[in-house]
Amino acid sequence: MTIAVSADVSLMGHLMRRAAFGAQAAELEILAARGYDSVVDELLHPERIPRPDEDLLERYHIEHSDEEQGKWTGARWMFRMVNSPRPLEEKLALMWHDVFAVGFSKVVNNPMMRSYYDMLRDHGLGNFGDMLKQLSRNPSMIYWLDQQMNHADAVNENYGRELLELFSMGRGNYTEDDVKACARAFTGWTESQTIPRYPNGFYDSKFVYLEEDHDHSEKTFLGETGNFNGDDIIDIIVRQPATARFVAAEIYDFFVSDDPDPQAIDTLAQVYVDSGHEIREMLKVLLYSDFFKEARFQRVKSPAELVASTLRFAGEHRDPYDFGLVPTTQKTILMGQQILNPPTVEGWHTGREWIDSSFLIERVNFAAERLGNPDANGVSEMTDRIAEGKDSIAPDDLLDACLYELGSMELEDDTRHILMEELGLTGDVRCELEADMVDFRNLVARLFGLIPATREYQMA
Amino acid sequence: MSGKNPVLVCLQLSGGNDYMSTVIPYGNPLYRDFRKTVGIPDDKVIPINDTYGFHPSMGPIKDLYDRGDVAIVSGIGYPDPDRSHFRSMDIWHTAQPSEISPEGWLGRTIREIDPDKRNVVTGVSFGTGLPRAMYLQGTPAISVSQLEGYGLLTSLAGEEQRTALNACTRMYAPVEFDEASMIMHHIKQTGRDAMTGADILRTAPPLYDSTIEYANNPLAQSLRGIAQVHLADVGTRIFYAQIGGFDVHGNQIATQATLWDTVSRAVADFFDDLKEHDAAEEVIMLIFTEFGRRVRDNGNGTDHGSGGGAFLIGEQIKGGMYADYPSLAPEKQLSGDLQASHDFRSLYATVLDQWVGVNPDPIVNGHFDQFDGLLRPLAA
Repeated sequence: MTIAVSADVSLMGHLMRRAAFGAQAAELEILAARGYDSVVDELLHPERIPRPDEDLLERYHIEHSDEEQGKWTGARWMFRMVNSPRPLEEKLALMWHDVFAVGFSKVVNNPMMRSYYDMLRDHGLGNFGDMLKQLSRNPSMIYWLDQQMNHADAVNENYGRELLELFSMGRGNYTEDDVKACARAFTGWTESQTIPRYPNGFYDSKFVYLEEDHDHSEKTFLGETGNFNGDDIIDIIVRQPATARFVAAEIYDFFVSDDPDPQAIDTLAQVYVDSGHEIREMLKVLLYSDFFKEARFQRVKSPAELVASTLRFAGEHRDPYDFGLVPTTQKTILMGQQILNPPTVEGWHTGREWIDSSFLIERVNFAAERLGNPDANGVSEMTDRIAEGKDSIAPDDLLDACLYELGSMELEDDTRHILMEELGLTGDVRCELEADMVDFRNLVARLFGLIPATREYQMA
Repeated sequence: MSGKNPVLVCLQLSGGNDYMSTVIPYGNPLYRDFRKTVGIPDDKVIPINDTYGFHPSMGPIKDLYDRGDVAIVSGIGYPDPDRSHFRSMDIWHTAQPSEISPEGWLGRTIREIDPDKRNVVTGVSFGTGLPRAMYLQGTPAISVSQLEGYGLLTSLAGEEQRTALNACTRMYAPVEFDEASMIMHHIKQTGRDAMTGADILRTAPPLYDSTIEYANNPLAQSLRGIAQVHLADVGTRIFYAQIGGFDVHGNQIATQATLWDTVSRAVADFFDDLKEHDAAEEVIMLIFTEFGRRVRDNGNGTDHGSGGGAFLIGEQIKGGMYADYPSLAPEKQLSGDLQASHDFRSLYATVLDQWVGVNPDPIVNGHFDQFDGLLRPLAA
């Protein structure tokens, strides 16, 4: 290897894969020069950077303002994953979307799905109790789990159960009676009727609390008794040790590794308790921890991450007027993840289950096609950087250079040997003259297109 | 008889199908008491007899029933029912109610059928994602979202594609199991199976010719894909398809009607298709869901319950109603739910032993009594 990958750039590549949506080496070098502390601080404080206005996105993608279907909102989110200067809030929204899974398939209302996603984005780094209180008032969630049918005289347990099972403590930490008490405490929490869709399209809905439809009788929940309303229940939930472990495990799983490490999860759970349930504080400890820094390539990329990071490498959809944002976003569906439309309230099965025979084929085919295109902006830029200042490059160095460009990626030795042998390069590749560059660009694109076929590319 | 191998198609209804509005106890006065708002009126029910009838959307299934091809198995469940979708579905997938298991019952079945892994398409699932039921570490099972155009690196051509596929063949070549990186091992095995499976399955669509026009919805298209692969005779013995949306806490009347319309038409089209190709007798279909729903409705729908029912469909099935319909009497209910009379593993064991022809005990984690006379084994 002739390219010495500095440890700082390599660590920055890891940070960007996990806390953002990946970055080319050119960006990593700039970030590494700024230093880890500064980059982490900026990631954790997205509020310091204004959100870009999205007038152009709406102007060039008329489908966004049509909002007849759910996929458009998914495309908007994909654009933000690729381009947001505040990537951690998009990343966290993706995590919470899997935890507090709501799907367009039932809500069938785009403005409502937008306000759900905005809620995840706006509160994702905040206080967990605040998040649960917002979640319980979100019209999409209310409709998704039938809260509008949870009446004082006819209790609907759906939300009450999932709040305990999937959104906080997890099974085994409460009884069926707790579920009933929880559901009763949320009676009367409903939403306003939306204006009919025709002739003017979809309208947002608002949270409504109906005092007269609330069960005001005494409830016993997790050993505490009182005339609890929904917020009281959430105040009790967030104090439970099981909730601390739950939040810690979710964050660990999303940011660190598919294999749980009980010690690391305990550490994060303690931060949850000590900080008064602040997600930002948990992430801060996490991003500085050895267990995070050492966990390179320990997570299977989710389809959204795989597509967004591939687009960032290929330099596609940087501009709102690029065609094809919607079909590109829809590629994640065949990989097992339709953004804003999870299969069930449980969200997606992640980790190993992102890889089955059909998903793997879709992942490889998508990334190989995008990165194997010599004309793609990003591929062309990375190729120029590889050739810059050189007359020729040895085959092994060329592979290293490609991996370095792709966010300081690493391959197992066996994989390297196979790629080099099948590529069959017999000598140094020339890249000095303009005349060399056509062949060089095609060759490098071919190599960029092969790397997504490796197992290693599936991991972040 | 044909000497054909028996084939099992599993159809999963996700979300907890409400058994009481599928096989409706319309002749039981308690049904009206408990289902004041989501009850199906007598004149809409498709009667089976004076007491029970099919949901109004199930006409095509009733036709199959009248041919004697549908076994209705009531009161199926497991001890200490879990009302979580996910845990309950896991239990059905792993045949393991008492602990979390990563091994699917159909994964184990595939291993029994093909222990030497001679055919990676012994098990094929259609839809988005391989269900846990089909998963077993080390045993191949193919998941297909869409049969047409299925394959690796299809955007490449010629020498470039050959080189890339050669690299993939080598990168995903088998190695001894490496405990140190379970995930990388899993990706390797999946990649290898995917490549082989794609090569085999690609042969099916060009061979297929049928007069049946399946509906344009994911379930119907999945069953069409299953028909294509089955008719291509590539040795698939276990198929899987699924449809979701049965979690009808609200708006039950309309939702249930649409769902069962979709299921009934797709299933009937599927069997008609096989029949047209003289390939129906070797196929049975098991339709199941993770749980039934509460006996009493909640004003607009029904909440999670237990004690649902299952269906077996096929020419070799001896049609009729099996097992007693769970009692609706309040004192016979299990905290407001139907009380299951038979363990679902009895049904699995029956199918595995009497149809698939493998020893069910290690697959379903114990010895369970089987149903008698539910199906006629294929003659060898």
